[in-house]
Amino acid sequence: MSVNIEQANAKAVEQMMEARPVLVGLGTARDVIPGMRDGLLLHAGPPITWERAGGPMRGAIIGALLFEGWAKDEKEAVAMMERGEIDLEPCHEHQAVGPMAGVTSPSMAVYIVENKTHGNLSFSNLNEGYGKVLRYGAYSDEVLERLRWMNDVMAPVLRDAIEKMGGLDIKALIAEALHMGDEGHNRNKAGSFIYTAKLAPYISKVAPNTDVAFDVIKFLGDNALSVLNPVMAACKAMADAAHGVEGSTVVTVMARNGTDFGIRVSGLGDRWFTAPVAVPKGLYFSGFSAEDAAGDIGDSTITETAGIGGFAMAAAPAIVTFVSGTPEDALHATLEMYEITTAEHKYFTIPYLNFRGTPTGIDIRKVVETGITPRINTGIAHKDPGVGQIGAGLVRPPMAVFEQALLAFAEKYGFGE
Amino acid sequence: MSVIRSEIRPGAYYDSVVLMQLQRALTELPGVEDAGVVMGTDANKELLAQVDLLTPEAQAAAADDLVIVVKAESEEAALAALAQVDELLKRRRSKASQEFRPKTLESATQFLPDAHWVLISVPGRYAAGVARDALRLGKHVFLYSDNVALEDEIALKEEAAKKGLLVMGPDCGTAIINGVGLGFANRVRRGPIGVVAAAGTGLQTVTSRIHQLGSGISQAIGTGGRDLSEKVGARTTLAGLDVLARDPETRVIVVISKPPAPAVAERVLRAARATGKPVVVNFVGYTPTTPPTGNITYASTLDEAARVAVALVQQVGEDAPLTWDTSAFAAGQRYLRGLYSGGTLAYEALLVLRDLLPSLYTNLHMEGVAELSNPMRSEKHTIVDLGEDVFTVGRLHPMMDNDLRIRRLHQEAADPDVAVILMDVVLGYGAHPDPASELAPAVEEAKEQAAREGRHLEVVVTVVGTEDDPQNLDAQVMSFDAAGARVFTDHVAAVRYAGYLARMLDPEVGTVPVSLEAFHAPFAAINVGLESFAESLQAQGASVVQVDWRPPAGGNERLMALLAKMKGR
Repeated sequence: MSVNIEQANAKAVEQMMEARPVLVGLGTARDVIPGMRDGLLLHAGPPITWERAGGPMRGAIIGALLFEGWAKDEKEAVAMMERGEIDLEPCHEHQAVGPMAGVTSPSMAVYIVENKTHGNLSFSNLNEGYGKVLRYGAYSDEVLERLRWMNDVMAPVLRDAIEKMGGLDIKALIAEALHMGDEGHNRNKAGSFIYTAKLAPYISKVAPNTDVAFDVIKFLGDNALSVLNPVMAACKAMADAAHGVEGSTVVTVMARNGTDFGIRVSGLGDRWFTAPVAVPKGLYFSGFSAEDAAGDIGDSTITETAGIGGFAMAAAPAIVTFVSGTPEDALHATLEMYEITTAEHKYFTIPYLNFRGTPTGIDIRKVVETGITPRINTGIAHKDPGVGQIGAGLVRPPMAVFEQALLAFAEKYGFGE
Repeated sequence: MSVIRSEIRPGAYYDSVVLMQLQRALTELPGVEDAGVVMGTDANKELLAQVDLLTPEAQAAAADDLVIVVKAESEEAALAALAQVDELLKRRRSKASQEFRPKTLESATQFLPDAHWVLISVPGRYAAGVARDALRLGKHVFLYSDNVALEDEIALKEEAAKKGLLVMGPDCGTAIINGVGLGFANRVRRGPIGVVAAAGTGLQTVTSRIHQLGSGISQAIGTGGRDLSEKVGARTTLAGLDVLARDPETRVIVVISKPPAPAVAERVLRAARATGKPVVVNFVGYTPTTPPTGNITYASTLDEAARVAVALVQQVGEDAPLTWDTSAFAAGQRYLRGLYSGGTLAYEALLVLRDLLPSLYTNLHMEGVAELSNPMRSEKHTIVDLGEDVFTVGRLHPMMDNDLRIRRLHQEAADPDVAVILMDVVLGYGAHPDPASELAPAVEEAKEQAAREGRHLEVVVTVVGTEDDPQNLDAQVMSFDAAGARVFTDHVAAVRYAGYLARMLDPEVGTVPVSLEAFHAPFAAINVGLESFAESLQAQGASVVQVDWRPPAGGNERLMALLAKMKGR
């Protein structure tokens, strides 16, 4: 088979960079996410079963069953899962993404992002803030109560505000945040401020009363991760634009479910390549250590897939200390990622590198050849459900997923013997 | 019994990461069992409570307060730790600044885009792969590694020839490019002698001797020990000779190798002859079957080679060296057409050109040159003697009558494949009284006609005569010059000038000429392998980027083979 990999990759990355993801509104998962249905939960990472799921994933699933009212308590939820009554499918198979456990149930409010260049849509749930949260596997009453408030009170206000402002260009927001010390994955402080500042005037217009307006704006403003979920959906929209290019070795999905790390490749259709996840290295909150950490989890690696996050470390020297490094290490982290990527981003730039574009479009060939796996910035979850985040740091995908993908590519395109 | 002490600092904001670092530093202090450093938010207080670090003071802290809690084995240890907080917060990591090292050749080229050269000294089984990458990126290769498979060497040199690149090696220990020594090289003076050597220590010995004898080196090109074998066919030696032939700084050439394959030796000698420059040949321990002729001198020892070369430099005239520029020609222009009035001159042109050009035709007879089926029609590269009988039936000899030559000139000029026209103009008694008065306007018109059709036509004229001739040499030269011709009074120089132009343009030659830029630009290189090579380049003032090289795919043969197939595709 004659295939021009270089051309295919150039095309895939061009589409990734030219995608223009705009936050256009919010909806209920069951109404807007393709294939969403009762009895189905979406989750982060590649496919997983209840039996193989780790603590945070199980906790989040239990929480979702309680939130939906499908189970009345933890015991019933576990029993339902053990009986196989609930289907589990990856967010990524439904144009969606979710941080950490990423569990999304039919009644949950989700962000809707539209790629104005190519027309594809993407979705993500709403960020709950810090502490005990569903995405880390917590499902206590306060967690469920917050989720209900987010769904019933905040989501309609956000939806109306975003519609009133005519949509919010997330690509522009990311580009701006990269110049304000964010890398878009672990640090979304600047992006969340921009997000809150842009929404606040419209929230004040559309909220039913000033108390609700106050609560919503405060909730957004207090949470340095408010914009993470729209950013992830935007990255998903950009990565999807690069997917399905015949002959391309560019990675379009990287995701973890706490048990397996999975990738998809533009020229290899919807096939997942998976291998067991690693435990992140990093700094732990007081009283916790690596022994308490769950396996690497979450769809937030879509940021690195789209050329930000760990790949844009040089833009965010403030957080390099997560891996006890220096600002120089941050610079090197980005320089290293140029070794395994196809292009330098046209729109996401790094001031300190003289506005060089971020390394964009991971090429499985380069990963396997150099032995350099993508650098991922991540939060660290406690291995037990319900404890929450216990640290943050750095993780790399298992090399095996890239090797498998390379072999599959060689087979599909006739590069084998 | 553990002791817990805490400190609250109101309104002191720190990034959470700084706090986590401080916390880690505190736990590393003597006697400290655990520590918590957080801003006093409710969520953080809850975290502290979970690990039994929530003191009453911490409980009372506000969200903007910095909370520092230390759990230690004694009161003293706890207080000592707290006393160090300011010091720890101020502490900056003073890790020595280390420059980023690219991991691949490709990214190294971005760090040093001006690098024309890649030095490779990785283990042999990986070396060919790195060299392939270098060629793909358009770089010349200095391949120090040995144990490179013969078929890889041939493939690399074939690929290089197609791209106008040079592969020195494998097993190339030394070279001197633009005054910079690569690998094992001696510090020698710049000078007019160029060296091509298939022997590393041979090259070092000859270049050192030349220096000791007061002269110096323009370029010294290593080829690797197998280059002159039958199978490799002297690809790098021939390319090196071609470079030195065109290099204006090189006035004398030295060729050194261990005993070559006989057929290959003859090919090298032909190429050496074609350079037109004095060439000293030392095939150590091997005497060529052809006797030394013309510009070739044999030396039997390395020392003799150096001596002879230095002596020859003294004999070479100080004429302005020839330079070649093919940039003006249109795509497809490649052939040379020689329109001669003098038979002997035509014959001499053939002698020079048959070593330079493939597919050479003539209406004369010469071994190794094809005969034109129709003298009226040129084929590919052609030297035609218009003084032959077939042309002079019923008309005057072209030395007296320019009409035939002018018509043939226009015929050749109209051929879009033609790039160079070579002509002789013989003055003297009996010849045309003023050949330039007719030929020069024809040359001008032919060039203009080609230009109108988007081509550049190079017309090379040799004028034979003296200033005392009735036609006056100087006046004739000036007329042709004014018409845009390149005028010579040295016929062989004219033929070499025209011949190398055609050689550089004709794809049938099989090698794209190596650009001299890599030999004249400030030396800049990417080094893959032995770091000492990079260090010695730096010591010589050259720019160099060291690649932090690892075996591809961790040395997995199967993946390496697949990657090689999937590269550059």
